[in-house]
Amino acid sequence: MLKTAAHPHRRQVLAGTAAAVLAVPAIVRAQASALKIAVLLPRSGYLAPSGQSCHRGALIAPQVLAQFGHRVELIHIDTESSVDVARNQTERAINEGARCVVGAFDSAATLAMAQVCEQRQVPLVVNIAGAPQLTEQGLKFLVRNFPTGGQLVVNGLKLIKDVLAATKLASKTAVFIHANDTFGTAQRAGMDRIFPGAGMPFSLVDSIAYDPTAQDLSVEVTKIKARNPDIVLVVTRAGDAIKLVRDMVRQRFEPQAIMSPGSPGLYDEEFYQALGPLADYHLCSLPWADPTAQMSQALEAAFKPAHPNFRFVVDSFNAGFTFEALLVAADAFKRAGAADGAPLMQAVRETNLKDHVMIGPPIRFDEKGQNPGIPSACVQNRNRTPVVVLPPEVATMAAVLPQPPWQGRG
Amino acid sequence: MSSLILNVVVQGGLTGLVYGLMALGLSVIFGVVRVVNFAHGELVVLAMYAAFELWRSFGLDPLVGTLPVAVVFFGLGYLLQTTLINPFIGRAEHEQFILLVGLGMVIVNGLLMIFRPDARPINLAYGFDSYEVGPLLIYKVNLLAGAAAVVVAAALFVFFRWTATGTAIRACADNLTGAAVVGLNVRRLYALTFGIGLACVGAAGALMVTIVEVRPALAPSFTLLAFIIVIIGGLGSMGGALLGGVLIGVSEALAGFFFEPSMKSMFSFGLLILVLVLRPQGLLGRRA
Repeated sequence: MLKTAAHPHRRQVLAGTAAAVLAVPAIVRAQASALKIAVLLPRSGYLAPSGQSCHRGALIAPQVLAQFGHRVELIHIDTESSVDVARNQTERAINEGARCVVGAFDSAATLAMAQVCEQRQVPLVVNIAGAPQLTEQGLKFLVRNFPTGGQLVVNGLKLIKDVLAATKLASKTAVFIHANDTFGTAQRAGMDRIFPGAGMPFSLVDSIAYDPTAQDLSVEVTKIKARNPDIVLVVTRAGDAIKLVRDMVRQRFEPQAIMSPGSPGLYDEEFYQALGPLADYHLCSLPWADPTAQMSQALEAAFKPAHPNFRFVVDSFNAGFTFEALLVAADAFKRAGAADGAPLMQAVRETNLKDHVMIGPPIRFDEKGQNPGIPSACVQNRNRTPVVVLPPEVATMAAVLPQPPWQGRG
Repeated sequence: MSSLILNVVVQGGLTGLVYGLMALGLSVIFGVVRVVNFAHGELVVLAMYAAFELWRSFGLDPLVGTLPVAVVFFGLGYLLQTTLINPFIGRAEHEQFILLVGLGMVIVNGLLMIFRPDARPINLAYGFDSYEVGPLLIYKVNLLAGAAAVVVAAALFVFFRWTATGTAIRACADNLTGAAVVGLNVRRLYALTFGIGLACVGAAGALMVTIVEVRPALAPSFTLLAFIIVIIGGLGSMGGALLGGVLIGVSEALAGFFFEPSMKSMFSFGLLILVLVLRPQGLLGRRA
């Protein structure tokens, strides 16, 4: 007797369908060949110039990473320079399938995103954010391939001392002025802690905090002028760096040098465009792109056609670190062979990348998730272009100090 | 020390005059039409971009560009009032609020799409100049912008005080029913008032762009600043708006000088609270 095939019961069909639906994400995950990364940056709001600069690096990252055998799929998200937006958008991106998060230029926004990533067990690779607390809170799903504020100050003060010695500039006094946001106050704390023991040839006669969203900085400059320092040490953002220098020119205040121990502002395209020749001769101490690195050259080659109105040399700091954060995530994904939070994070923590963009040793993270080995270079604006002037082994020009008077430039 | 303080006061006062002109538009519109323009900051930024484009495309100095921008904004205000605002007159305040906040969002996001979020500076030949008058160093742009703000405010005062249309608008503000009874075309006068209010906004935006680099993100802070100024000066009072602007400019500057500059805004809000407690109608405002 032939056995007739039994018709599946309605409940069996429903159960089978449900099981198939539930299994789809796992199947998709297992089969995913590209890592889906949410890139959160402040592309609008008061941090927009730097956020846009980072974004330009992120836009070209997939094609450059593909050249080195990595596949990534990016979700570009604007944090609007707002901590709340950063937090909410991180949540949304993870809900929509992001398996890794990169960002967010701003320390305050990154701190908020870190809480979300920790709860959801999704790796967060910090591109740029210097507040020390990011890697001091015991977060398990965060790594930072960027110096802490303290490291920036240590490296920056050393380079400032070196550049004063190299130019034989006798400076007796300095005023430190900084934005009062999370990064700026972290830099202030670093300066208060490190400066007394740094053996600098000048004394710090005042520290002034200002609101980076203020419409003008004339009062701040009047306060600096009242102190009449030889050097002005600044921790700025792009917009306020312009206001600061412009008000110094209008108030006819001529310091010997304006230097940043590690902050944006003085090397942004916007700064050069707004101030023209008055943007020249200011110095920043920052990690910088290594022009001899193969990956740096590949990034520059992709940058030119993608962003013909922008210069790689100006964007290389922001674009370089953003690319490196994506590289860390992509490399970990390749090694882990999975995009699930725990194994991916484990692979991120075990990163050892010899080939990368910025100057310095291989990218590695300590037990706190911090890359402790990122050196700085001293960069001076010359003819509206940032040029490395120290350390000597990577310098392409000699530093010029004191800076020429405002009058008669260009 | 005294010369430094004098410098701080003068710079703060000049910047405050432009702030005052910016707030004047808000005050004029509320004083007559009784609509609080929550899209005020966005419209100021739109005017700044208009002045910026005139400078970039035609090389027109923003101080000269003040006139065409004000004229265009007058037309824009007239159009907005007749098409968009009029149907909301007399409706619940929250409906007006939603309408104008929505308008503001459309403007600022439109600007973001067209101009991107970057700050756009205007590089004027005299942008870095300053006048030395005894111990004083006065920024040329701030002096010119402040003087232009005074001229615009004076012209507005003359219009409202000594012209028939200005008197009719004041009649609407004082007694709407009475104005309608004597045969005044209230809707047309409302449209004119909104136009005049936006002309002030246009002029202030064109002057502001000489002092501040324009970017869309400025809008909310301008709205807030304008509200603080008109509340201090007295909502609906023209003189009050200018006085409020100067007071905010000077108090912020002095607070920044004597205390921490990052605490400047705290003093503006402190002044606002003080006025609300001691004289809720504002310094030059009338009791309801």
